[in-house]
Amino acid sequence: MFDRFVIPSFAPAIPEIFLLVMACLILLLDLAVKSPRRSVTFALTQLTLLGCAVITLYQVKLSLADATMFYAERTFGGMFVRDPLADFLKLLTYLAVSLTLFYSRAYLNARAAIPKGEYFVLALFATLGMMVMISGNHFLVLYLGLEILSLSLYAMIAMNRDCPTATEAAMKYFVLGALASGLLLYGMSMLYGATGSLELTDITNLLPFRQHDRTLIVFGIVFLVAGLAFKLGLAPFHMWIPDVYHGAPTPAALFVAAAPKLAAFAVLMRLLVLGQTAFADDWQSMLILLAVLSMLVGNVIAIAQTNIKRMLAYSAISHMGFMLLGIVTGVVSPERFEGGDNFPVYSFAMFYAVSYVLTTLAAFGVILLLSRAGFESDTLEDFKGLNRRSPWLAALMLVLMFSMAGVPPFVGFFAKFFVWEAVMEAGYVWLALAALLFSLIGAFYYLRVVWYMYFEAPVETGPIVGGRLATTLVSGNVALILLLSLFPKFLLDISLICVYGAMQVAAGAFH
Amino acid sequence: MDFKTFVFFFLAAILTFAALRVITARNPVHAVLNLILAFFTAAGVWLLLEAEFLAMVLVMVYIGAVMVLFLFVVMMLDIDIDKLRQGFWRYLPLGAVIGILMVIEMGMVLGSRYFRSLRIGGVETASNTRELGRLLVTEYVYPFELAAVVLLVAIIAAVALTFRGKKRSRSSDPADQMRVQAADRLRIVQMPVERETPPDADSPPSHHSPA
Repeated sequence: MFDRFVIPSFAPAIPEIFLLVMACLILLLDLAVKSPRRSVTFALTQLTLLGCAVITLYQVKLSLADATMFYAERTFGGMFVRDPLADFLKLLTYLAVSLTLFYSRAYLNARAAIPKGEYFVLALFATLGMMVMISGNHFLVLYLGLEILSLSLYAMIAMNRDCPTATEAAMKYFVLGALASGLLLYGMSMLYGATGSLELTDITNLLPFRQHDRTLIVFGIVFLVAGLAFKLGLAPFHMWIPDVYHGAPTPAALFVAAAPKLAAFAVLMRLLVLGQTAFADDWQSMLILLAVLSMLVGNVIAIAQTNIKRMLAYSAISHMGFMLLGIVTGVVSPERFEGGDNFPVYSFAMFYAVSYVLTTLAAFGVILLLSRAGFESDTLEDFKGLNRRSPWLAALMLVLMFSMAGVPPFVGFFAKFFVWEAVMEAGYVWLALAALLFSLIGAFYYLRVVWYMYFEAPVETGPIVGGRLATTLVSGNVALILLLSLFPKFLLDISLICVYGAMQVAAGAFH
Repeated sequence: MDFKTFVFFFLAAILTFAALRVITARNPVHAVLNLILAFFTAAGVWLLLEAEFLAMVLVMVYIGAVMVLFLFVVMMLDIDIDKLRQGFWRYLPLGAVIGILMVIEMGMVLGSRYFRSLRIGGVETASNTRELGRLLVTEYVYPFELAAVVLLVAIIAAVALTFRGKKRSRSSDPADQMRVQAADRLRIVQMPVERETPPDADSPPSHHSPA
């Protein structure tokens, strides 16, 4: 019965396996931990993430030792792929999750209603979901990774059981997430119907020969894009984002805001290859519409917000729209770049995604540092006069807001500039002008925060109790952003290698 | 139109009707019964497609387990026992019709000898269930394990969201009750019998005070 079956190599998936085993062990060990702070569980969670990072780094080292920069390993019948893109994004995911948990520690300890042990375990499972998404090369696997991530997130948002807004946020996220999953599955099933395969590489190779099924394929792509737009939070599928960011406990909001964007970018990258082949026009118009709408909705509505988490939610929508611009122009103009390769544009989008995630992490980190038991510090009022209460935190927030607004010396500016230049080069002058205009509108509400911090009298006068470790880590996070601002070339080169490798995988090299 | 097409359209018509009734029925119990009919009919359609394993699972898991539980939940929402008992006779005709329809459907699908001639070439010897099982533990072992993780996460999430610490049992301990002292239960507080009211120099104005 199994004579034709060759046992797949498990080596490329060791980080995932390690994480899964550790998550199950921690779940069991947590039963024995009695302290309400769950320091042991927390330490084990962080050690697990560190272990994953060490394993991934070791894998990278091995791959670089015996091959070129562009390596790729496939296993499980091509469902799992490990290439530079996967490794780099996984390392960033560990970092983002680890920082998220460090920042969240004091907030969680101050709120007795949140069960800490389960929170950390679910965070690990969410990380596993993201890793599966990042390495997925198969519709089924991508979908399952997405579900592991989403299920963990729903529960993490609802964890503060005594808070009605958190429950409401979780319900909204759950209902809309289920709808999005349905759309995604529908699109996948249509593409499966047209090509008879669920593996992305196969589909890429088969699509050009399926022109007679054009209607079916285009419908499939539409559903796929709609489902992905839901998950990325692009207008007009953004309705859940403000409520989730606002209603969720701040650590859960941070968890939703930061690391999953990396996984979503990876999925977008891997799916994009479908659009590259024969159906670029069909993607392009949809993606342009999504990008412009997201920038419009995100930047304009953010101005009216009084809650900083809600403001950051709309800012997230606009940033995702801007990132999508980088991808749109890549889809549009394969021939505009020499040799028919459009990977430079995708690497700009990746640069954008990474810098956005790092900035968001630190911004939520500052909000979490300012919060204490019974006080969320999530309205704009609470930031008034922050400079007089804590000049250091105000300075950190200043850097973050400037970076998000795209003020020149900071990394956010380079991210915007690279994408913008790519749009110009692709010949979409109106799109570039729109992006510029929306960025200018967006600068207003970021700079308003700075104005409140430095030129208004404090309204909130309570003590700032953020722990020393968390403060140091947020400062380190901002320092990382400043380093990237000084040396953007470093991240850009890595992005270029990652994206190029992923394109090679998509095209079926290394098969 | 051959027999297979006829069966398909017959099933499709019932499926559409039942699905419509699920969302239009005012009575939630009617809606659930219609949903059961819809699932059963869908299982019939799958049998037509020779996906007998999926059809079986649909009947066993969805109708046998999920929908029965769902029916319980819907009925529990109305706790009035008398009403439920009255309802039984009201729902009986509809339930009976649905039952009879299911029997007819099953008979049509399973009893037809036309059905056996529709096998697609190449899979005649392999049973559908066996093939699915083989695929699940070989080529699709990775998604299979991931699906298991999804279930694990769902369990953790459900427990974390609903578990609120151990319930203290309300039983009493006789030995403890015997050992109790008066001082454990009763605290005597010294208080003056009557509090002296201060002279009304600064007493708050009452309604009767002269304007």
